[in-house]
Amino acid sequence: MMSKYLIGKAIVALWLTLIIIAGFAMPMVVSPQQWFELPVIPALEEKARIIFFHVPMAWTTLVAFFASMIYGMLYLKTKNMDYDLRSVSAAGLGTMFCVLATITGSIWAKFNWGSFWNWDPRETSIFVLLLIYGAYFALRSALDVEEKRATLSAVYSIIAGVTAPFFIFVMPRIMTGLHPGAQGDEGGSMPVAQLHMPANMRVVFFASLIGFTLLYFWMFSLKVRSARLEIKSQQL
Amino acid sequence: MKSLFIPAYYIFLKDSRSELRTRYALNALFMFVVTALSIILFSIGSEAVSSDVLSGILWVVIFFSSMSGLSRTFVSEEERGTVATLQLLTRPTPVYVGKLTFNFFLTLSLNVVISLLYLLLINNFVIQSPAIFWTTIVLGSAAIASASTIIAAIIAKANTKGTLYPVLSFPIMLPLLMTVMNATRLAAEGAFFAEALGEFQILISYTVVITTASIVLFEYVWKD
Repeated sequence: MMSKYLIGKAIVALWLTLIIIAGFAMPMVVSPQQWFELPVIPALEEKARIIFFHVPMAWTTLVAFFASMIYGMLYLKTKNMDYDLRSVSAAGLGTMFCVLATITGSIWAKFNWGSFWNWDPRETSIFVLLLIYGAYFALRSALDVEEKRATLSAVYSIIAGVTAPFFIFVMPRIMTGLHPGAQGDEGGSMPVAQLHMPANMRVVFFASLIGFTLLYFWMFSLKVRSARLEIKSQQL
Repeated sequence: MKSLFIPAYYIFLKDSRSELRTRYALNALFMFVVTALSIILFSIGSEAVSSDVLSGILWVVIFFSSMSGLSRTFVSEEERGTVATLQLLTRPTPVYVGKLTFNFFLTLSLNVVISLLYLLLINNFVIQSPAIFWTTIVLGSAAIASASTIIAAIIAKANTKGTLYPVLSFPIMLPLLMTVMNATRLAAEGAFFAEALGEFQILISYTVVITTASIVLFEYVWKD
């Protein structure tokens, strides 16, 4: 039991350490020759390294959001309080990753676009996600009865989940994007992951996506286990 | 079908009658609109404000007046303790459909009043294609009613009903608000009807999606 978690933890730690080293240390040169050399992307230069950390954070936020929604659905179906516990844990982690993605993105925007906040479509979407998480926890704190809190917050997260895809259609009609990979950029309207990335950059990027997802699952299991123990200790 | 629409119709009838007798929501909402519009008029003064900004402000007024009135349908049932009676009398879906219909007509009449007052009082706000504008008002009312009804059902069970309502509604309604603001801007600029079709498609699909999800989920909210 103990060793299973320990091995998992060690693997995630090692994996992310390698990614942090690769993300920061792989040199950027004008014409890459070696396998470890990254090309210089015009207008982004060294600032392009954020893609190895910022994008996986935003990705993890989405993973957590969907996990929270699916556990909410399972709660409604089974009325098992453990699913509610998992739903809140996922939402809590999602909020953390959402704040991290917003802050890192904002700092990057300051150096690349000149201001911390520009209401670019992606900035707007992450802002809405923050609002949804905020509303979710505000709703939970306004409900006293456990079952009611679990049911209503699950319903709210599902309603929020079904409206979120509308932003994909609404955003491009309202504003033009500055974000790399947004419409108007050379890469077209593709998500950032499909931007003209050379093979070695892509390997680090996808490894980082996997690493952050694993980190999320590790933190999630930690959070759920500690929440279960807390409930047990209250019952004693 | 019969077991859905007949009870839903009676719920709608009950709500409209009790509203017309007390005029609780109507009076409060009308005064809210007058207050909000006069604040806007004072702050604009004699300045020439662009129609982009004005179409945004119109939907700010509409959003907050909906937020102050639409939670009434479910909150009043909780306050008067009539939830149990409705639960005994009919299944959850007709209750939801009846309340949604009532909220739709309330929002629509409110939005028509707001738009007429807005057009009358603010000189800079000229609508060059009325067809787009009034279609936006009707479809926007349907979308607002569908989103706010399920949130009202959730909020009626919470402790801080008033403050939480706009907090929960705003992220849900943001895609809808962005769309109606854009459509209103198109109407003010005098675009062709076909140019706003994309906006109308978004509004209709938004309403359908939210209403469907609400019908499925309302059962869990309504049953204690």
